[in-house]
Amino acid sequence: MRAARVQFGGIVRQVSLSFVPEAGLGDYVMVHVGFAISRVDSLEAERTYKLLEEMGALEPELPPAEE
Amino acid sequence: MKYLDEYRDQRIARALASEIVQRTTRPWVLMEICGGQTHTIMRYGLDELLPRGIELVHGPGCPVCVTPLETVDKAIELALRPDVILVSYGDMLRVPGSRSDLLRAKAQGADVRIAYSPTEAVKIARSNPDRKVVFLAIGFETTAPANAMAAWQAKREGLTNFSMLVSHVLVPPAIRALMVSQTNRVQGFIAPGHVCTVVGCKDYEGLIRDFRIPIVVGGFEPVDILEAVLMLVRQLEAGEAKLENQYVRSVSYQGNLPAQQIMAEVFEVADQKWRGIGSIPQSGLRLREDYSAYDANRIFDLGELTVDEPAECISAQVLQGLKKPTDCPAFGMRCTPENPLGAPMVSTEGACAAYYHYRRHAVAT
Repeated sequence: MRAARVQFGGIVRQVSLSFVPEAGLGDYVMVHVGFAISRVDSLEAERTYKLLEEMGALEPELPPAEE
Repeated sequence: MKYLDEYRDQRIARALASEIVQRTTRPWVLMEICGGQTHTIMRYGLDELLPRGIELVHGPGCPVCVTPLETVDKAIELALRPDVILVSYGDMLRVPGSRSDLLRAKAQGADVRIAYSPTEAVKIARSNPDRKVVFLAIGFETTAPANAMAAWQAKREGLTNFSMLVSHVLVPPAIRALMVSQTNRVQGFIAPGHVCTVVGCKDYEGLIRDFRIPIVVGGFEPVDILEAVLMLVRQLEAGEAKLENQYVRSVSYQGNLPAQQIMAEVFEVADQKWRGIGSIPQSGLRLREDYSAYDANRIFDLGELTVDEPAECISAQVLQGLKKPTDCPAFGMRCTPENPLGAPMVSTEGACAAYYHYRRHAVAT
């Protein structure tokens, strides 16, 4: 079973790569009960974030949701 | 941490919330299926950022909460046998059975061990050949491939002292059951991102076709959830009902194929009882005939038990989104995480526990 050392904000754990065989050194993976279940799509993550950031930048001062 | 901090950005969250306010012209009832999402909502107070008309109701997506009482009782019964080592995810230990729980059984001398991963259960079996190791294999689709892997590995190694007490549930049949219920109020669903990471999105198309209800696959950080709410509101306000994927950084349409393969090799779809909800047709997984040698129900000849929940616990309505935890007279008084009446007060994914940790002071005043 292919395995990797994965760091979770400081903690390092042994994780199985059985379901994400394409994962390699430096990748970000989603881990559930000791198994990687996806490789975080960095392009998608950055694209989404940029869109959201633009939205945030447009409205620096916001009214409270509703009173 | 990368891919986490960005999705906790307060500025973006506020911008999303304000966009939701602007888009909302009518009241809408939305349900987040997964208990992990419920905890994010409570922890960050996301519901308080939303316009008053938008109500978030919490769904049944807490694996520990819906594991049948009978399964908990069986696990306790097995754990108390001197020849058995019962291995479980940590969340299950305080879940009340009808008379006891696994933690109390452990205090009485039962060999109950906590595993972080199912592979640890296999390891325990390997190093204790004279004991019978039973793994309490519970969960949704997210956990099923890992649990399947444990049975697959045990079979491949020819282990004869390893078995699983399986209680596996599936999300789409539960949504179907909610939708056909007379009491349903939900108008849009946030589908669980990690379940969909494994099984993909295709199973949700049928629900949209049959019920004309918008479904957005959502992630677990505050920004993810607010964006998913915005996507649902946009659809509802425009009179649309389609499948959208907010959690694109993890979820693909077809899901994780190697994980689906091992799931299909080891498990088959079967009718399943959900604690608090009842039996839902074709809503669970059981071990295939090829894996019957690893089925604790067969090996130990465990009878079918029928047991009742404590009368005061309203977890049945909480799990179906009909009541909020704070509607319960026992909430925070006779029912706390230390002394729970029902499973949703125990689990880190339970709605009652989320309200207890993040809202009980607001409730008390």
